[in-house]
Amino acid sequence: MIFKKLFLAATAAAVLATPLLAMPAAAQNEQFMPLLVYRTGPYAPSGIPLANGFNDYFELINSRDGGVNGVKLTWEECETNYNNDRGVECYERLKNQGPTGATVVNPYATGITYALIERATADKIPIFSMGYGRADATIGSVFPYVFTAPATYWAGADAIIQYIQSQEKGSLKGKKIALVYHDSAYGKEPIATLEALSKQEGFTFNLFPVAHPGLEQKATWLQIGRQLRPDWVIMWGWGVMNATAIKEAAAVGYPMDKFIGIWWSGSEADVKPAGAAAKGYKSAQFTGTGTGAPVHAQIRDLLFAKNTGKGKDTFGEVLYNRGLVNAAVSVEAIRTAQGKFGNKPMTGEQMQWGFENLNITQDVIDKLGLTGLMSPIKLSCNDHEGGGSVVIQQWDGKGWNYVSDFIKPRREMLTKMYEASAMQYAKEKNITPRDCSKM
Amino acid sequence: MFFSWPFFFEVLIGGLLAGVMYSLVALGFVLIFKASGVFNFAQGAMVLFAALTLVGFINMGMPTAVAILITMAVMVALAYSIERVVLRPLVNQPPIILFMATIGITFFIDGFGQTLWGSDVYVLDIGIPTTPLFFGDILVNSFDLVAAAVAGLLVVVLAIFFQKTRVGRALRAVADDHQAAMSVGIPLRVIWVIVWSVAGLVALVAGIMWGSKLGVQFSLVLIALKALPVLILGGFTSIPGAIIGGLMIGAGEKLAEVFIGPFLAGAIEDWFAYMLALVVLLFRPQGLFGEKIIERV
Repeated sequence: MIFKKLFLAATAAAVLATPLLAMPAAAQNEQFMPLLVYRTGPYAPSGIPLANGFNDYFELINSRDGGVNGVKLTWEECETNYNNDRGVECYERLKNQGPTGATVVNPYATGITYALIERATADKIPIFSMGYGRADATIGSVFPYVFTAPATYWAGADAIIQYIQSQEKGSLKGKKIALVYHDSAYGKEPIATLEALSKQEGFTFNLFPVAHPGLEQKATWLQIGRQLRPDWVIMWGWGVMNATAIKEAAAVGYPMDKFIGIWWSGSEADVKPAGAAAKGYKSAQFTGTGTGAPVHAQIRDLLFAKNTGKGKDTFGEVLYNRGLVNAAVSVEAIRTAQGKFGNKPMTGEQMQWGFENLNITQDVIDKLGLTGLMSPIKLSCNDHEGGGSVVIQQWDGKGWNYVSDFIKPRREMLTKMYEASAMQYAKEKNITPRDCSKM
Repeated sequence: MFFSWPFFFEVLIGGLLAGVMYSLVALGFVLIFKASGVFNFAQGAMVLFAALTLVGFINMGMPTAVAILITMAVMVALAYSIERVVLRPLVNQPPIILFMATIGITFFIDGFGQTLWGSDVYVLDIGIPTTPLFFGDILVNSFDLVAAAVAGLLVVVLAIFFQKTRVGRALRAVADDHQAAMSVGIPLRVIWVIVWSVAGLVALVAGIMWGSKLGVQFSLVLIALKALPVLILGGFTSIPGAIIGGLMIGAGEKLAEVFIGPFLAGAIEDWFAYMLALVVLLFRPQGLFGEKIIERV
């Protein structure tokens, strides 16, 4: 009996120790990044360029710089199909991989972000929800492990209103603005901000929810285009809803240059299916478009010329560039953390410090070859958004062009809203906010 | 929001024309159910597969007409494969088993189509106009008028096929009674291949129309959800039912969205369509035009 127990114990110990023994020395000096992607399913047209951007930037860092200060980047994709359950499953599967576990998780779905906030906070793994997720997670004292840089949905809504204001010679008094939105938590995100702004700026604000997935919007657009006839329409759409809305707007003769989508309604996948109807349509963005940045030339020379890299087919698309910038910000957070903790693989807790002390200035952007692809950001213990800017772009039938400068969202008002919402969350979840003045 | 009669008629006409697009998808379900008693869960996936295949061939440089012919051949081949690999081994199994098999077919076609042609969004432009037209004060989209004409033509062709051809009569015989049809020498397997082929061709027509409207992308499989209330309302076995059900669902959901929606926070058209269909079920369990099934003990 005792021999049987000893045998079982020895076998169990051997099984558990095998991965450690098998790990080569080089693997100990690697930084593991889990990639939650959706290359299949209804949202694949958006997920593919995003995932390609991540892959290509990480590969570029390894081949151009030999990693981050000598620490090689490794990554593994896990297919979420844009499904919350699978997103959580992917997170759980990948969180302990690599010598220090997952460095940072980019959920790439507002639903998955919501599902992971408590888990990742308990696991001390930063969530980087760039341009999606909870806007109030900007408040780092309540959400220490969630980062929303460079702009939240609320900041996006404010920037769009600022742009409209500039087009209306500074005043929105008496103007009619409609919001067409995906009838989900994501689609409802800007409503409170836009309602507050309508009171502040004096415009009328009308809501038009569209049921998922948004394949049919004729009734919505007949109301907008033939009955309400608003001065401007803002869209918070996703997936097939975007192209359908553009087509239906054109079908009722609504002018495209008065129609502005948020950044998830402003990629090539949203306008191309609508064909010529999409010409003139605008969208907000926080990352640049095209293939003219120095980093693009480096990817072409160091990856594509050697038949490596994944993004040849999606190169320079809006979402490819967003993947590049998202990966670049993550890499810079690693570099920042290494500045304090040494040039070795960072743990999630060290990465959290890296994010909170991240300062990407214009000089850094230029040095990284990302000129024109992003605006400067500076994060802190309490500000996880970092003060990023938003730009408005317009589709000319072939590509996107900027039609505004980078717009700074009015964060004084937004921060008050973030704080009120975050404190409510803290109360509900029984969280004692950190004292950031002591950090 | 104010009420005006021209706007009411605009919504009504828009709804009727949207309903025609739902009918295009519903027809595929009806054909297979009518001939075999199987609810083909894979019809939405077949629409996507047909559209992806067509756009794939067009993008390879083929003229549109040639690409359509080859896609038709592919859909027939798919029907043959389904009969040979899935349906034949399941002959005499209860309908629920065949239904479950079609769920399996759905996942296979979804994955196979994406593996073969990719997961991108593809533009399908076969020259259908999309300009708004005005009849007095009433706006109608020209694309919707073309879609209505296509659906009308499809129903006429299907009616001729079912009523006037030998194969069509055989299909109706099988639909009425499998065993009686087999006893007079109608081969059930061949009939299944034919009916799945016809459903595949109907899926191609639906794929062309919906693909031209939304772009060819994975989300096309979700249009099956729009066809379900049409089937419930029109009946699973009636081709005219699919058309009239589509018109009623289209008009009903659009009028509800515009005139009732604002009082219920909007976005009601999807569930309203199902509610409308369920109300019909309360009074006519077989749907408006479905066959009344009487089973004697």
